[in-house]
Amino acid sequence: MTRGRFAFIIGCIGLLIGGAEVLRSPDVSASIVAASMLATMLRFATPLTLGALAGLLCERSGVANIAIEGMMLSAAFGAFLGAAVTKSLLIGVLAGMAVGVAMATLHAWLSVSLRVDQIVSGTVINIMAAGITGFLSTEVVRRQALVGAGLLPALRIPVLADLPVVGPVFQQQPIAWMALLLVPLTHLVIFHTPWGLRLRSVGELPRAAHAAGISVIRTRYTAVMIGGAIAGIGGAYFTLESVPAFEPLMTNGRGFIALAALIFGGWTPAGAWAASLLFGAANALHINAQQFGIPVPAQIVGMFPYLLTIVILAGVIGRVSPPAAVGTPYEAD
Amino acid sequence: MTVGGGSVLGIPPSSEGYVLEARGLTKRYGSVIANKEVQFGVRRGEIVALLGENGAGKTTLMNMLFGMTAPDAGSVLIDGGPVRLQSPRDALALGIGMVHQHFMLVPPFTVAENIALGVEPSRRGILDLSDLEAQITALGRRFGIDIDPRALVKDLSVGQQQRVEIIKALYRGARVLILDEPTAVLTPQEADDLFKVLRGLAHEGTGIVFISHKLREVLDVAHRIVVMRRGAVAGEVLPRDATPESLASLMVGRDVLLRVEKAPSVPGNPVIVVRELVVNDDRRVRAVDGVSLSVRTGEIVGVAGVQGNGQTELVEAITGLRATQSGSLHLGERDLTRATVRERTDAGLAHIPEDRQRHGLVLPFTVAQNMILNRYYRLPFSRWMVMQAKAMRDQARDLVGRFDVRPANPEARVGSLSGGNKQKVIIARELSRDVRALVASQPTRGVDVGSVVFIHGALIAARDAGAAVLLVSAELDELLAVSDRILVMFRGRIVGEVEAATATREEIGLLMAGGVGRVIVPATN
Amino acid sequence: MTQAVRARLIGGLIPSLAIVTALLIGGVIIWASGPRIDGPWFGIWFVVEAYQALIEGAFGSRAATIDTVLRMVPYVFTGLAVMVGFRGGMFNIGAEGQLAVGALASAWVGFTVTSLPLVIHLPLVLLTGCLAGAIWGGIAGLLKARTGAHEVITTIMLNYVGGQLAAYLLNGVLRDRSPLNVIAQTPKVAETARLPDLVPGLHSGVILVIGVAVLVWFVLWKTTTGFELRMVGINPDAASYAGVNVVRRMTWAMGVSGMLAGLAGAVQVAGVNYRSTLGFNVGYGFDSIAIALLGRNTVSGVVLSSILFAALRTGATKLQFRTQISTDIISVIQALVLLMIAADQIIRWIYRIGPAQTEADPVAASTAPVADSESGR
Repeated sequence: MTRGRFAFIIGCIGLLIGGAEVLRSPDVSASIVAASMLATMLRFATPLTLGALAGLLCERSGVANIAIEGMMLSAAFGAFLGAAVTKSLLIGVLAGMAVGVAMATLHAWLSVSLRVDQIVSGTVINIMAAGITGFLSTEVVRRQALVGAGLLPALRIPVLADLPVVGPVFQQQPIAWMALLLVPLTHLVIFHTPWGLRLRSVGELPRAAHAAGISVIRTRYTAVMIGGAIAGIGGAYFTLESVPAFEPLMTNGRGFIALAALIFGGWTPAGAWAASLLFGAANALHINAQQFGIPVPAQIVGMFPYLLTIVILAGVIGRVSPPAAVGTPYEAD
Repeated sequence: MTVGGGSVLGIPPSSEGYVLEARGLTKRYGSVIANKEVQFGVRRGEIVALLGENGAGKTTLMNMLFGMTAPDAGSVLIDGGPVRLQSPRDALALGIGMVHQHFMLVPPFTVAENIALGVEPSRRGILDLSDLEAQITALGRRFGIDIDPRALVKDLSVGQQQRVEIIKALYRGARVLILDEPTAVLTPQEADDLFKVLRGLAHEGTGIVFISHKLREVLDVAHRIVVMRRGAVAGEVLPRDATPESLASLMVGRDVLLRVEKAPSVPGNPVIVVRELVVNDDRRVRAVDGVSLSVRTGEIVGVAGVQGNGQTELVEAITGLRATQSGSLHLGERDLTRATVRERTDAGLAHIPEDRQRHGLVLPFTVAQNMILNRYYRLPFSRWMVMQAKAMRDQARDLVGRFDVRPANPEARVGSLSGGNKQKVIIARELSRDVRALVASQPTRGVDVGSVVFIHGALIAARDAGAAVLLVSAELDELLAVSDRILVMFRGRIVGEVEAATATREEIGLLMAGGVGRVIVPATN
Repeated sequence: MTQAVRARLIGGLIPSLAIVTALLIGGVIIWASGPRIDGPWFGIWFVVEAYQALIEGAFGSRAATIDTVLRMVPYVFTGLAVMVGFRGGMFNIGAEGQLAVGALASAWVGFTVTSLPLVIHLPLVLLTGCLAGAIWGGIAGLLKARTGAHEVITTIMLNYVGGQLAAYLLNGVLRDRSPLNVIAQTPKVAETARLPDLVPGLHSGVILVIGVAVLVWFVLWKTTTGFELRMVGINPDAASYAGVNVVRRMTWAMGVSGMLAGLAGAVQVAGVNYRSTLGFNVGYGFDSIAIALLGRNTVSGVVLSSILFAALRTGATKLQFRTQISTDIISVIQALVLLMIAADQIIRWIYRIGPAQTEADPVAASTAPVADSESGR
């Protein structure tokens, strides 16, 4: 992650918020636009950040992950079910994490142990998650008339949360805080710990790691499973922080956008977080365009992050390259 | 105690004092026996050369001694006691270090990070490389290896990367150091520096196993030479009792003619004419820097040089696989500088590529399909864009016989063939048509001796039929034996030209290292 | 030769066993979800009853069979689309988006042009759909070939761009302005833009789909274009060595892939819905991948898998009606089939079939879906 890329992303966010300010109709006050842009952006960015961090751990170990969507969707269901059955939101979050880890373990088993094509394995998980959660939500949830256990309460930092405009930043729900905490934590682990060094070596040149006495298989399993736990927290966001219910396919492609954020951010935690915020800002503009009286069609704004991702991938604005070994199963012999 | 089967030349080998020893190691891959009851050992302070052809099983043996591959039978002993090496981790812990043929260094990491990998120093869970960096510098000073611990590996030269590998093994406390073909990527002068380092290490008590297929350097540096052939130990000799010829015959199992029989060349008009060619490599760094050369009908021009001095890029530019920055290429009168691969093929240019698995063949396709890769779009193989299966089969049946491809089954998948037979498929395809010029890059790499003889014969036959042949090879002996003239490349330039008949290895070696040779000929046109 | 026969037998055996195994596991799930009544035979009877309902729902009557065939048509088109991508070495996750833009474009030509005879208008509508899909897919191919941008990501992104574009157009210039319309959809296309019925209720797109399947088979396995495409798919370096223009061939492969998906959209517009509605494309992306994988990237395999998937989806309604089991059970069964196809080691282990012959065919073994074979019928 270069500083330039980070600055570019932050600049894009500024451009979106600034654009909203410039284009807003005179009936809407500048501070309302800023506050609601900020709040929506943060809300939307939470699952993206968590999903991107999940993918980051996985891909840094050399396992491609297009299954973030499926992991988050099944975790959303697991979290809902856990909380609804036990009436404990904390157990709900833990259940979500457990389901995330379970799906991640399946991905690791298929792509690391059985050496199935990693994209195919991801596709299997996505289809499986959609099928199983859809089936269980009608068979178990609706039939037993399970009701959600409510939403996680917002934690506010006194004084700061009362500030105008930036107040929402200091008043967020626990999973949103956790996402913010996990960004520097992941950075620390990946770039400044022995395990992180091993993880990156496995993702770049696994035979070098193997020759240095590191178990490629175990490292990949660990990374994918920790990623699954983080995706699980991201999934719990949907049913424990956003709405207190499970709807089939409720992640609605957010896992794929998280993947885009991961690429956009050049496979670094800070970059992925910034990119998540950018996608959040674009979504905020998309949702609020009408309310702010912005004359640009919402759908055109909505295309922006995806087009930008394609442009980034094509190397128009500085090339990013994935970890060298992503997509290649490792064979010891 | 004697080691069975190892005393062909009358030296009774003894396992006494071995730091590292292999006893009856056997390894099979499917139906292929890679190692068969191999006995081998190295003592403290001893440099043992493990000599053998490509595919003789040297690398397999070393991988077993280093715990990367599990043997099917036999045992590994350290200090006389049997050990079970389940992974390189075990080998490292027991003091075995290895410098692989393909370096095991992570390119985006620093030197220190690479050396730390697996034994990372940390403080309260956080990576802390400052002490390690000091140690690397100290180790380097002790053995005369100058290296910056904070440099990124991807910015280092190949020779420097090799030193990082050696330091890495020493830092891990290696008592035995295994080097797999360490000179393949070095200039003769760099190789001499490496030998100096190795002698110093041996002097301090490290046991060194040195894998090579180059006779001269083995005689030069080793205290003892173990020769492998077809997966088994063929013999063991001391350098003072051996000559290159005796080693060669031990290596291939019969007396070999190092000279290739051929008539003097009768060169005609220039066919391949390259002028001031400039080509960039994948990293957009200039790899070929103003090369001019010409190859006439009826001659073989060899290109010598240490790997990575622009030969690959030169070949790719001539054959159309890589874009040129400036300069020109003509085939006879025709300007092919901007021509597509297809246009070059149609103009009569044939190409035996350096990496046959990657470029020359489509492995899951059949032999018959691979034999039409350069002509599938033409009659009789396709008519109105529809493939003609019968024409393809008929041709394949013919070529399989003429070029002695085994098994002689056109429907076999090429991926299932041996290296030598794969190469024969390529040669059959490239030379079984009207060829004006042939570019052959490392045509005998990794093939058995029988195929080598066949391939050299095919190159000379193409020459005698009037083709202009450009032969790029890393094997000086091959170049000297097959070529008529030899050009030497260094850092993207042709730095000299010698007559193959009169040139010496030393002369070429000096040129390969960028020194000034006897004859410096500017572009011949 | 016998080896080839054996390989082909196993090639067909594994998908069949995967389907049987998935249905067995599905049966256990149905049994577990069914009513708890004493006696072991009731559970078995219940499962049999459920699958009987499934079969009846798919093929039990003329209307049911027509329904299944109608569902099959877009599956074959999109399955072939994904297959062509795979054979060219590319993973097209974007069939959904390509189908959407194809439907959108063909609907547009279908309702705005009104004064043409059917023999001109209908082909025009279908070709417009093809073209739109081809552009949408071709972009991903071109970016991959020219810049190395991974097609998996670009096609996913293009799905979203396509989705937003559809939302914009269907809520704007292409929206049906009639006062009765409350959803984002186009007006109905002209009569001249509709595929005539083959038999009542079954449009003639069925003929088209058979023709296209044969054409795809012929092009891939009998022409130089197909030879080049498969070469690029297995080993692009060798292809460029052989003089193939790899950039053009990759773009072509994704373009044709997108074209087939776009044609799926156009045929749905011209034959079934007579209009394009926002979101009707959802689900085709992953279903088509599953179909191509289950069909082992062969034309006959894709057609058979499409029939299976269509029958499961169509029969699910009757299964739900008779047993109260959610139609989502079908998605679970499909996921299980795909899991066991992707990891055929599972099937080989359960049924004690020997391992794949990897040493003869290293490339094919490492990239199973891209594996080439001459048995691509």
